[in-house]
Amino acid sequence: MATQHSRSAARFMMAPAVILLLGWMLIPLTMTLMFSFKKYLPLRGGDLGWVGFDNYVRFVSSSAFWPSVQTTLIIVGGVLLITIIFGVLLSILLDQPMWGQGIVRILVIAPFFVMPTVSALVWKNMFMDPVNGLFAHLWKAFGAQPIEWLSDLSLFSIILIVSWQWLPFATLILLTAIQSLDSEQLEAAEMDGAPPLSRFAFIILPHLSRAITIVVLIQTIFLLAIFAEIFVTTSGAFGTRTLTYLIYQRVLESQNVGLGSAGGVYAIILANIVAIFLMRIVGKNLDT
Amino acid sequence: MARSVTTRRKTVNTLAAWAIGLLIFFPILWTILTSFKTEAQAINDPPLFFFFDWTLENYAVVQERSNYMRYLWNSVIIAGGSTVLGLIIAVPAAWSMAFVPSKRTKDILMWMLSTKMLPAVGVLYPIYLVFIELGLLDTRVGLTIVLMLINLPIIVWMLYTYFKEIPGEILEAARMDGATLKEEILYILTPMAIPGIASTLLLNIILAWNEAFWTLNLTAAKAAPLTAFIASYSSPEGLFYAKLSAASTMAIAPILILGWFSQKQLVRGLTFGAVK
Repeated sequence: MATQHSRSAARFMMAPAVILLLGWMLIPLTMTLMFSFKKYLPLRGGDLGWVGFDNYVRFVSSSAFWPSVQTTLIIVGGVLLITIIFGVLLSILLDQPMWGQGIVRILVIAPFFVMPTVSALVWKNMFMDPVNGLFAHLWKAFGAQPIEWLSDLSLFSIILIVSWQWLPFATLILLTAIQSLDSEQLEAAEMDGAPPLSRFAFIILPHLSRAITIVVLIQTIFLLAIFAEIFVTTSGAFGTRTLTYLIYQRVLESQNVGLGSAGGVYAIILANIVAIFLMRIVGKNLDT
Repeated sequence: MARSVTTRRKTVNTLAAWAIGLLIFFPILWTILTSFKTEAQAINDPPLFFFFDWTLENYAVVQERSNYMRYLWNSVIIAGGSTVLGLIIAVPAAWSMAFVPSKRTKDILMWMLSTKMLPAVGVLYPIYLVFIELGLLDTRVGLTIVLMLINLPIIVWMLYTYFKEIPGEILEAARMDGATLKEEILYILTPMAIPGIASTLLLNIILAWNEAFWTLNLTAAKAAPLTAFIASYSSPEGLFYAKLSAASTMAIAPILILGWFSQKQLVRGLTFGAVK
């Protein structure tokens, strides 16, 4: 029942947000695209002209590229696997009747609110330090040789830290989804003699599939971009250089903007592939 | 019989859940405990849990040496400023999309969401360059604007899902009774929208407070918030666990408390309304 008048008022009210986001998206994106076709070394001669697809070819053929893709996949995949599996189990546990449910919930969710630099540094120093870390004390107590976590098991350590940060997110969303499950359905299955495992496989898991998909997609987008956790723990050493970190190093550390921008375009394409799937689900939800 | 079984089950559930909950919370607990130890006690082997000489010394030292208050103030200004600014821009936009939807509303919402998916590292240098050109590097204003922009899609989305839940019939009834647009917004919409706006505010302060890509890359000494301050502990000198813990505890405490209030909103905000 909107009138012409209220329509134009609505457009006017939307304008600031739309214009700002348009600028935020288009201006840097155009610049990144432009730089990616240039030889651009701010500290060594500046803008040295157009080079076509040179940067794109060089970024992919550099010896650091494939290892960084592999590292990225291992970290994203590892964190997804851990957070989804434990998230499902934990959300089912938290949904059971118990004493002090609210407090347990708070304890489980807490890591999500810890800023990335704090969690990375606390884990790096107070837990994973091979001399004074808690793990080292623990290992020594059992007469074992302490592990050099961030150099010998660097990828595993980063996955552990990031999983700790994201497990609360997965758990919270899956718990919200489980709570919307009709308990009568479960009770009916129980009465019909379905063992717990089949109740899980045939009722709970299918019910959770949408929430799991959403967790996977959202986490993937955030995990592809993790930065601070690597920045303060290994600075990309010991095989922990992800695609994001490689681009960061090309752009800001070695100031090879052309090359870094080509990498940036790859990262944008990659993120968009994931985003399309996520948006499809979110968009469907918008219709209902 | 049945009752005793459920009590037993409840006990088992409780024990398992508490054990796992404490395990997950342990790194935070350990950080808080360590912040009250001396540096020597902090690395003591075997580790000291509760029986040590509790001291507040580290908090004093952190503040004295590093001017902690300045970083805290930067965090407050940047997180608070970007959220308030974002709300001012997003409230009218979300309001109009929820109450005067057009054929393109859905497309606009989806497009806004897509800007959130843009990997920051892909546009790092352009932003860096623009910041240098405009003299915004290492300023609170610059960082406030960037954080406002990266969180704007989430703010709009959250507000939109909240506003959508306000029944349109109420507005129509008010209009029938002769309420003007101004009265409609002031007396009907605002009171109904305040809970949603408050939740959005809360979640976005948390997100902005913890943001650790732009805050690390666009600040140096002057405008650095707590994320960057803590990162400076990655190359420390001498014994520093207790001081790191004290600084960390102060950096996360306000957000932990805010976070516990916003659990529910977290789900809605971060899934763009796809899970409620």
